[in-house]
Amino acid sequence: MEQLVKKGLDLNRRPMPKQPVEVRRRNFEEVALGYDAKLAMEEASRCIQCKKPGCVEKCPVEVDIPGFIQAIADGDFARGVRILKAKNSLPSVCGRVCPQEEQCEGGCALLKKAGQIAIGRLERFLGDWEAAQADLMLPQIAPPTGKRVAVVGGGPAGLTVAGDLIKLGHEVTIFEALHKMGGVLVYGIPEFRLPKRIVEREVDYLRRLGVKMVVDYVVGKTRSVDSLLEEYDAVFVGSGAGLPWFSEMPGNNLNGVYSANEYLTRFNLMRGYTFPLVPTPVKGHTQVAVIGGGNVAMDCARTALRMGAETTILYRRSREEMPARLEEIENAEEEGVLFRYLTLPVRCVGDERGWVKGLECIRMELGEPDASGRRSPVPVPGSEFFLPFDAVIHAIGNSPNPLIPQTTPGIEIGRRGNIVADPLTGKTTKPRVWAGGDVVTGAATVILAMGAARRAARSIHEYLTNPGEW
Amino acid sequence: MFTILENRMIVPNVFVMRVQAPEVANGALPGQFVIFRAEEDGERIPLTLADWDVQAGTITVAYLNVGRSTAKLATLRAGQTLPTVVGPLGKPMEIDHFGSVLCVGGCYGIASIYPIARALKEAGNTVICVMEARSSFLIYWQDKLRSVSDRLVYLTRDGTRGKRGHIGSLAEVIRTLPMRIDRVILNGCNYLMMRGSQETLPLKIKTLVTLNTLMIDGTGMCGVCRVTVNAETKFACVDGPHFDGHQVDWAEVTQRRKAYLPEEIIPLRTTRPF
Repeated sequence: MEQLVKKGLDLNRRPMPKQPVEVRRRNFEEVALGYDAKLAMEEASRCIQCKKPGCVEKCPVEVDIPGFIQAIADGDFARGVRILKAKNSLPSVCGRVCPQEEQCEGGCALLKKAGQIAIGRLERFLGDWEAAQADLMLPQIAPPTGKRVAVVGGGPAGLTVAGDLIKLGHEVTIFEALHKMGGVLVYGIPEFRLPKRIVEREVDYLRRLGVKMVVDYVVGKTRSVDSLLEEYDAVFVGSGAGLPWFSEMPGNNLNGVYSANEYLTRFNLMRGYTFPLVPTPVKGHTQVAVIGGGNVAMDCARTALRMGAETTILYRRSREEMPARLEEIENAEEEGVLFRYLTLPVRCVGDERGWVKGLECIRMELGEPDASGRRSPVPVPGSEFFLPFDAVIHAIGNSPNPLIPQTTPGIEIGRRGNIVADPLTGKTTKPRVWAGGDVVTGAATVILAMGAARRAARSIHEYLTNPGEW
Repeated sequence: MFTILENRMIVPNVFVMRVQAPEVANGALPGQFVIFRAEEDGERIPLTLADWDVQAGTITVAYLNVGRSTAKLATLRAGQTLPTVVGPLGKPMEIDHFGSVLCVGGCYGIASIYPIARALKEAGNTVICVMEARSSFLIYWQDKLRSVSDRLVYLTRDGTRGKRGHIGSLAEVIRTLPMRIDRVILNGCNYLMMRGSQETLPLKIKTLVTLNTLMIDGTGMCGVCRVTVNAETKFACVDGPHFDGHQVDWAEVTQRRKAYLPEEIIPLRTTRPF
């Protein structure tokens, strides 16, 4: 490595242009603007093309990362797209929302010198470059196998399974409960982080590959999994998030108290930031509290901020322990979101009309490390204090969606209400039914859901071409 | 896209809409609800099923034209389409042989109580339907309700039809009936269900209500429909919408229901047609 540096190794990670803070904190346009071809080629040329690439090892969907980076460096973007899309059917999405620092970029040989390649930005570049071309490159589709697969849920897991299986020649139909395809990509992740036209583009790509999509269809209600099994050879369940969690404290049912799911759905799926142009109402809050320290908390806080509210994130540990991506924390800080660390809300206080008017909180201090390895917060006795808010958003996670577990006999359900599935194959205890994503793991990331879906797709293909014992 | 077969104002401001939605009709059970969107980018509107026909593949709902989204629904005509019809959602009403069941409907609840009364009748119960309205001209579906009940009681505030009174007279209505009532089911606005539950509490009659909380997805994801029942938070869309009216925290239901009243009016302040 030392020698490489001496030989002129470039350790300068190219920054990605962003909207200026003072502009973006008042609009819902995308924050990060992406590399242009010149920046992308410069960044790609820094890659040292490791013989045993650490980045690929850490990619949940095993993308040939050095391969597509070399293609960018060579200026052959079309080749780059082919390499990338061989393993990842949603590059524009993953380039934007994957936690690359924990995955590919965390395995980069240049990390030691703090010069790790900006793999996510390059992935995004290729995805967006392809979308800008007149002709979309469609991959080779295997001859029809005559097998039919039903996919429950049109989120990251469902879209990945569908993309993989359609290419292998199977007939695939996705059933989506909401009125738009995309799952969390459309109801959860805000426009300023993942523009909805990009999701639409990726969904449209799958449609052109021949994937059938049915929206407004709730499997478990409109029709059961058992009934799907009569018509389809295999069923994949990727029904995602379910009941939102609320911090255990009195006053959570006051008006102005939201789950992150509700808050984000109003603004994203229902496009509430354009109210009253669209009819789904949103409130004009002035002081918003967001409870939690993950990516979803950052999304809620940055949405509230853009709606004009003074916004505070309350987190019970310190900045170091926050589970959100550093990039998202920094974006939120730059935009002016306030952070109160070591703060635990203990009561929502309401006014006489039933609206929240603030939070009673208690100061915390960090004690011994807990099971997760993070130092566990302990309340400081007598340190209660009051903070005024007219809205409180709980962003502390959710349990898996209960509809399929409740209505599918013969499927094993875990302690947290999740579907039990083999982590290597996605097989559930019910023959011909696979599952993956949040409905199995509880709230996790887009890419982990996609990784689980990729493994399930492989197992489904094996089963369909060579059915054996379950 | 779902084709509208019929959409008409059946009594002042209450509309009955019939839509082609075979998959929903096929799985529908009494007391379940559907979510409509009246237009692209439209709000998701939860409505209790008032009837369905599996053979014809149709479903029927009743709604009150009250805010921006129901106002838009009211403008639609047969032959036009709805971008979203999804369901059946929620748990069905518990149907069993209970004995004598009193089914009370007011406003759009007159329509939504119908499939519940029908199922109870088919299960061998003695069914008494009470139609509650301000005046006789607000009563509809008498024939349908009569066809599934052993006795029909009209309760109007001005006494222009049946007994003079309102939901607050429910205990008196029950007392004057010749049979013992084993169960009461209330469908209608919040006030009707709350007030009716207060009436049956001292009579110690099991009372079920069909809550119409705010909802977005209707599948247990957003949590806006939460309601306290017997000191426990429940989600009306997946745990309900039917709850024991004596255990519901009505003050909270009423307060949460009003959360967006001003905002629901804002989009109506326009001279443009919807």
